[in-house]
Amino acid sequence: MHRTGELYGQFQTLEQQKETATLGMWVFIVQEILFFGGLFLAYTVNRHAHPTAFGVGGNMLSLKLGGANTVVLIASSLTMAMAVWSATTSKKKLVTLFLIGTLVLGCVFLGVKVVEYKEKFDHHLIPGHGFDISYCSKNAAACGLSAKDAATEVEEIENGLKADPDLNAHAQLYFSLYFGMTGLHALHMVVGAGLLLWLILQAGKGRFDANYNTPVENIGLYWHFVDIVWIYLFPLLYLINRHLA
Amino acid sequence: MIFLALMVGTGMTVWAAYQNFGLFNIVIALGIASIKATLVILFFMHGKYSSRRTKLVIVCGFFWLAIMLGLTLADYSSRHAEPSRSQSRPAPAEQFV
Repeated sequence: MHRTGELYGQFQTLEQQKETATLGMWVFIVQEILFFGGLFLAYTVNRHAHPTAFGVGGNMLSLKLGGANTVVLIASSLTMAMAVWSATTSKKKLVTLFLIGTLVLGCVFLGVKVVEYKEKFDHHLIPGHGFDISYCSKNAAACGLSAKDAATEVEEIENGLKADPDLNAHAQLYFSLYFGMTGLHALHMVVGAGLLLWLILQAGKGRFDANYNTPVENIGLYWHFVDIVWIYLFPLLYLINRHLA
Repeated sequence: MIFLALMVGTGMTVWAAYQNFGLFNIVIALGIASIKATLVILFFMHGKYSSRRTKLVIVCGFFWLAIMLGLTLADYSSRHAEPSRSQSRPAPAEQFV
């Protein structure tokens, strides 16, 4: 196990050692960008092929929950950046505090995601046999829709069916991508939460200061990357067709 | 500061989503998202203060992403065009008669 601030044989200076770690982390993040890039590509191609179904599907997501999650995640990026700053300025107590803050906000994000997924289950929007894009427009009460919202949804689906007779199948494609992309993103958050927990334990022992803070910095880079993925997911999945509703 | 800018960006993107800019809705949404991502990379991730070698890696990553997106979408967007010349060329048997 790695001791704090120790210089390894293959490096000439601590600075060079740290620079190497940062570079390595960025190489990892770059492959993550391409990894998620493939999914964004799949989304783009399919959305282009079935714009109506993707629009109808997107408008069925909860803007309130999605928007709240965006705010929570950006706030967690701020606390993470503050944790890195506290580490580089040797404010040991603040490091732990900000890391705990980041972990709490990350868990809030995941909790909201659980609520959202549960709602999709209730609304028959999970791809598979039970999938029915018009379930909520037929059972407004079961979905908790107001009469006005239900009427909007009925109209939207009727118009959608005119433009795309295979609306149900193509909306299913949208929800497959929705669960694939947000699911992979959530998985990254779970991994990040595990890493944060480890960091908090280390920070509690006073491991990180101005001389040694590479783990805080690199896990910070990872956390910010996950935030960036959500910055793109939010408009693409939740917002893209609101102006037509 | 950066945090506030990111929050304003989020507000703007939600607002813009409800306006009808026709084709430009997607351009605006992705434009705002890209500005936010750039802010995160430059300041939260210290991209601005990193060495030139690290900057090169970051730029390369996006360059490769652009290749993947660009070439694939070019292919998809040209799939349903007119049959290409090689397909409309006479069958080989006729060529040599």
